[in-house]
Amino acid sequence: MSTDTAMMEEKPSLPPIKMGESMTGADMLLRCLILEGVEYVFGYPGGSVLPIYDSLYSSHLKHILTRHEQGAIHAADGFARASGKPGVVIATSGPGATNLVTGIATAHMDSVPLVCITGNVAQNLIGTDAFQEANITGITIPITKHNFFVRDVKDLPRIIKEAFHIATTGRPGPVLVDIPKDVNQATAPFYYPETVNLRTYNPTVKPNSMQIERMVKALNEAEKPVVLTGGGTVSAGAEQELQELVEKINIPVIPTFMGLASFPGTHPLCLGMPGMHGSYAANQAILNTDLIIAIGARFDDRITMGRTKEFASNAKIIHIDIDPAEIGKNVGACIPIVGDVKNVLKAVLPKVEKSEPGAWVEQVQQWAKECPYSYTKNENGLLKPQQVVEMIYNSTNGDAIVTTDVGQHQMWVAQYFKFKNARSFISSGGLGTMGYGFPASVGAQFASPDQLVISFNGDGGFQMNQQELAIVSGHKLPIKIVVINNSCLGMVRQWQQLFYDNRYSHIDLSSSVDFVKLADAYGIKGLRASKEDEAEKVWKEAMETEGPVLVEFVVEPEENVYPMVAPGATLDQMVMGDEK
Amino acid sequence: MEQKHTISILVNDQPGVLTRVANLMGQRGFNIDSITVGPSEEKGLSRMIIVTQGDEPTLEQVMKQFNKLVDVYKVSLLSNAPMVSRELALIKVEASSSNRAEINVLINPFRASIVDVGPNTLVIQCTGDTNKINALVELLSPFGIRELARTGVTAISRGMAAVKA
Repeated sequence: MSTDTAMMEEKPSLPPIKMGESMTGADMLLRCLILEGVEYVFGYPGGSVLPIYDSLYSSHLKHILTRHEQGAIHAADGFARASGKPGVVIATSGPGATNLVTGIATAHMDSVPLVCITGNVAQNLIGTDAFQEANITGITIPITKHNFFVRDVKDLPRIIKEAFHIATTGRPGPVLVDIPKDVNQATAPFYYPETVNLRTYNPTVKPNSMQIERMVKALNEAEKPVVLTGGGTVSAGAEQELQELVEKINIPVIPTFMGLASFPGTHPLCLGMPGMHGSYAANQAILNTDLIIAIGARFDDRITMGRTKEFASNAKIIHIDIDPAEIGKNVGACIPIVGDVKNVLKAVLPKVEKSEPGAWVEQVQQWAKECPYSYTKNENGLLKPQQVVEMIYNSTNGDAIVTTDVGQHQMWVAQYFKFKNARSFISSGGLGTMGYGFPASVGAQFASPDQLVISFNGDGGFQMNQQELAIVSGHKLPIKIVVINNSCLGMVRQWQQLFYDNRYSHIDLSSSVDFVKLADAYGIKGLRASKEDEAEKVWKEAMETEGPVLVEFVVEPEENVYPMVAPGATLDQMVMGDEK
Repeated sequence: MEQKHTISILVNDQPGVLTRVANLMGQRGFNIDSITVGPSEEKGLSRMIIVTQGDEPTLEQVMKQFNKLVDVYKVSLLSNAPMVSRELALIKVEASSSNRAEINVLINPFRASIVDVGPNTLVIQCTGDTNKINALVELLSPFGIRELARTGVTAISRGMAAVKA
């Protein structure tokens, strides 16, 4: 069979397509998406993408119409993080494209595979400051893994194939494809390449065997080793391999914020996250360890406080990462291992000697027992935010996909929710994007329709993308939307209290919307609680509600996140609570 | 210790690649002393020569970040081995009939040449390493330099060693 008559395998419900059949760029694009296994696209139409939306009108792809392009890209991101598949978003030229920018940067910082399709004005108008023209490929160079501008319709299938390949291989990340309107309208014979041929792109996935031997030797020799597992373990899908290794050699595990769901939070060897708002045990372990095995973690300044020279100064560091540029970027590594985390762990596992927990494990568990995360309940029954997170965790036993927004509540979720399932924790760790969590939960629920999805939000961040309540309502997504309302920007307030002499500048959000009425306006059940007994009752009702529900918990406004290591301090300078 | 480094990069010959490389330098806070681009011996690949400053860890990070760019094929440090580096300068000097001869004598040891003669100016072309160009510019400055155009450094390794596709 010659290539031009070969049939491509597609979903049974779709008519087979002959290679070489003539079609428009817009039709090609949708064909490519289907051939890449895409089921959902999130997007928002507009002038330059009219050809794409016309093709979508009769396509089998499921398009989710958000109410803002930022909502669309965060939803695509949440979809990708929950499923491990690339998220796809479509936006029009100019403002549509620029509204994606925050979402692209969010995905880039957290290495999330996205394919972002933007329309642009027709090529005869490019560079003329035409209506709704923006140089989105120029704008997104620093925040994409790669981007493309499609000049010729004949290149479109190859570029889409390459975009998916680049987004999902190596260190994943967002790829943007900008398609001018004339390319979407032009017709050409459709050929979808079976393979990609990018001579300049070839990520290293197989680790160097000599470095593996060095790692095994270091592990066997270490007396006080710890594992630092990050988002790279999640991206590689290496949660099980990690657990096998850890249980074979009985070594304490410190998951970074991005790696919280890469190792069970209830495991006796899990110390919780390290760093600024990390656990006492995790930070003590870093201060005292003689070997850190960093797995897909990048020693971000929320862990090192920027004091990279003093960080774990008694320890050797084994640094495993698929991105060679991460090794040595923030802290020096004694044993650098470039490769896919899963491959590395599989190579190491049979070579290490089994070992039983010894004095070191006893010591770290003692630290964990001495100084767990703690807060004091109010005697008058008024809710503490930590209490809300704990209550919700206890009701789910960790069987939920949890998204958070950014700020204090994000840290409390990271501290008090114990994650046990892979890809069950979705949060903007790197960029810290307020307004991310709620639309991300929408994407997560589309990706995992049968799982319980809980979206934790603060009253600030929720209002940044609350318009997406319309999708939750329209698609009857059974998300449990939690708004922890302290009537202010809590994390900013905390820093103003601690570092700016109680000068509370522009953090008062007390004139915000009535969230219960807002939910009601969207046809979503809204509930509110401000006391402990109410909270239990209301949450029970929420869990028993089929379909979407928004629960507002009115909490103590002046609660601070502790423990805390101030920026610029070292991990031995933990502040455990407010000075009385 | 801060040092000058000369890096040779083979990149896809595609629109926007120079922007990506230059953007990365800015984004990561790396200095660019000079950057030059032109075709390489390999079809479809261009060669960029970048001169940058920084200590060893910075240099390592710069090279790794370049390698991450999807359009970058190969990154090599030229300045840690024998290399030839050259730039070309065009120097427009104020010159009257009375001092043209003096200038001519002065530029001779630099093997520079006069490529344009105007009523009140001379354009001098000179190639060489950066120090040589700097020296010539300094010598000519008392005459009054009206305009100076320099290409930036291009470089290649000596001998059989090659940064090839």
